[in-house]
Amino acid sequence: MTDYKLMQGNEACAQAAIAAGCRFFAGYPITPSSEIAEVLSRLLPQVGGRFIQMEDEIAGMAAIIGASLTGVKSMTATSGPGFSLKQENIGFASLTEVPTVVVNVQRMGPSTGMPTSPSQGDVMQARWGTHGDHPIVVLSPSSVRETYNLTVEAFNIAEELRLPVVLLMDEVVAHMREKVLLPEAEDIKVSNRPQPEPGADREGYLPYRHTEDCVPPMASFGHGYRHHVTGLFHDESGFPTNDHDEADQLMRRLYDKIERNRQRLQKLKEESIEDAEICVFAYGSTARSALRAVRDGRASGHKVGFISTATIWPFPDKAIAAVADRVQKIIVPEMNMGQLVREVQRHACGKAEVISLPKTNGQLLTPDEILGKIEEAL
Amino acid sequence: MADVEKYLRAHTLPHIWCPGCGHGTVLGAVVRAVDRAGLPHDKVVVVSGIGCAARGAGYLDFDTLHTTHGRAIPFATGIKVANPDLHLIILTGDGDAAAIGGNHLIHACRRNIDMTVVVFNNNIYGMTSGQYSPQTPQNGVATTAPYGNIERSFDLCSLTREAGATFVARGTAYGAVALSRYIEQGFKNKGFSFIEAISQCPTYYGRRNRFANPVKMLEWQRDNSVSVAKAAKLEPAELRDKIITGVMHQSQEPEYTDLYKEIIAVASKRGS
Repeated sequence: MTDYKLMQGNEACAQAAIAAGCRFFAGYPITPSSEIAEVLSRLLPQVGGRFIQMEDEIAGMAAIIGASLTGVKSMTATSGPGFSLKQENIGFASLTEVPTVVVNVQRMGPSTGMPTSPSQGDVMQARWGTHGDHPIVVLSPSSVRETYNLTVEAFNIAEELRLPVVLLMDEVVAHMREKVLLPEAEDIKVSNRPQPEPGADREGYLPYRHTEDCVPPMASFGHGYRHHVTGLFHDESGFPTNDHDEADQLMRRLYDKIERNRQRLQKLKEESIEDAEICVFAYGSTARSALRAVRDGRASGHKVGFISTATIWPFPDKAIAAVADRVQKIIVPEMNMGQLVREVQRHACGKAEVISLPKTNGQLLTPDEILGKIEEAL
Repeated sequence: MADVEKYLRAHTLPHIWCPGCGHGTVLGAVVRAVDRAGLPHDKVVVVSGIGCAARGAGYLDFDTLHTTHGRAIPFATGIKVANPDLHLIILTGDGDAAAIGGNHLIHACRRNIDMTVVVFNNNIYGMTSGQYSPQTPQNGVATTAPYGNIERSFDLCSLTREAGATFVARGTAYGAVALSRYIEQGFKNKGFSFIEAISQCPTYYGRRNRFANPVKMLEWQRDNSVSVAKAAKLEPAELRDKIITGVMHQSQEPEYTDLYKEIIAVASKRGS
């Protein structure tokens, strides 16, 4: 039976978290993400899960790492200033390989900025916000329905690869209400982290073993493994090490996790790309305006195509390189001063001209503005 | 003597603490308390932050979590809320708990969430070589207070009591047997328990503050300790620079994860 719902992006995110198996949320109130916490404070105890409002943003990130270590899928949600505060512990989750989902509903920054205005200003912070090299996966939805799918995906990727996944929403997607048809529970694929075989020997357990798939089985606290988890560089046993070869091996395994799974992580959409001379590349809510502009351009007879990505990090480098081989110009509209455009330039390697279309006044990019840029580039 | 070796990870020893440091004594008091309280070995999680005291977690054979600076309590909160069957022990220092982690400390007290925090108070940032902490005495000398410290300290026991902790005690490394009893009582309290353990840092505090050697620091602890009962009969002026030891506070209040179980019962009946 079709059961359409009118739903906000933040609400879709919360509902999807429950469907993905999230049973713990810790966070701190912040606009424009607060509805995620509000909905989960209601839904989680209904399914035996737990919600806690922490004393600050840092504590919210700390608490979800702790909860995840007990084997419970965990999430927090925040916006710009809170995302900045969480960065140190995001790095901790990264090095200790604790599956966690961090939602950042981007608002206009820097600083307190324009709290109720949209932005895509945290693209680089999502990748490089915490200190040191580290792997991370960042997904960015462009609609309420996609927010639902990508929230489930964020949990699945976090669990499959044992790492923090950032769901990088923006204020438009978060607060917009759309008619959505949610999937039936049995149609939702849910992944769980690899765990030691039941009855496996505690003595032989290496929590950070360099397994072939780069994702060692993760024992839960309270299950008798008595293992150590530390933010210091550690060897396969989990205990701190100053051995440079061990450190090198760990860092490379963390990066290999992503490299081996690039194909699985890629989430591209294309339209009218076959004969296109100009391509618009976009993500997040800007992708909606971009698609409209491309369709309007086609209606006017322009050879323009559309490509969007839901996975921002790892960046779809090969796909962009392939597009750059085929088109003359790539236009990159973003609600920032031009962040992901540099990544496009890097992978276009000069084969296509890359044109930035930045906007940072707290308003979203309109189809007309993007169409104007297309016509300028013809 | 209790068999406490089973709680230690022999392969991680010897520890990193300096000769004469009080932290090993305090850690010994913790494991003896675990043994006497009969906590189930596989259901204990030890969480620590950053600093000399925090390195204690790695030496103990439980599920152990060595977190970020000041954040042991919120990590532990996530563990406890997600799995209330686990017993949480937090090992932290005076800088970790009272400076960078001060906010988390008072809020955990307020929630009365079931966990036991042991603060190894050595009056200094030892790991970073001797900067002044919130617990460095006024006029004490530190690398960042070369002319003497002008800041006042917290009375951590008063702070946590007022913030809502349901068990509060203070002991010393010198009085390790009594200290271990307080920690044991903390484990048995269903709620937030706070134990301040006065430790000594001969390397970075003692040398700069006219303690000739670690023994002098332990003698100072002995000579300046006043029991709660005796302190009640003394004037505030007589208690200046004294260490008041014993159980400072104990009360019965609803515990956070118990209250949340009631939320789950109500919410799951109501459904969506």
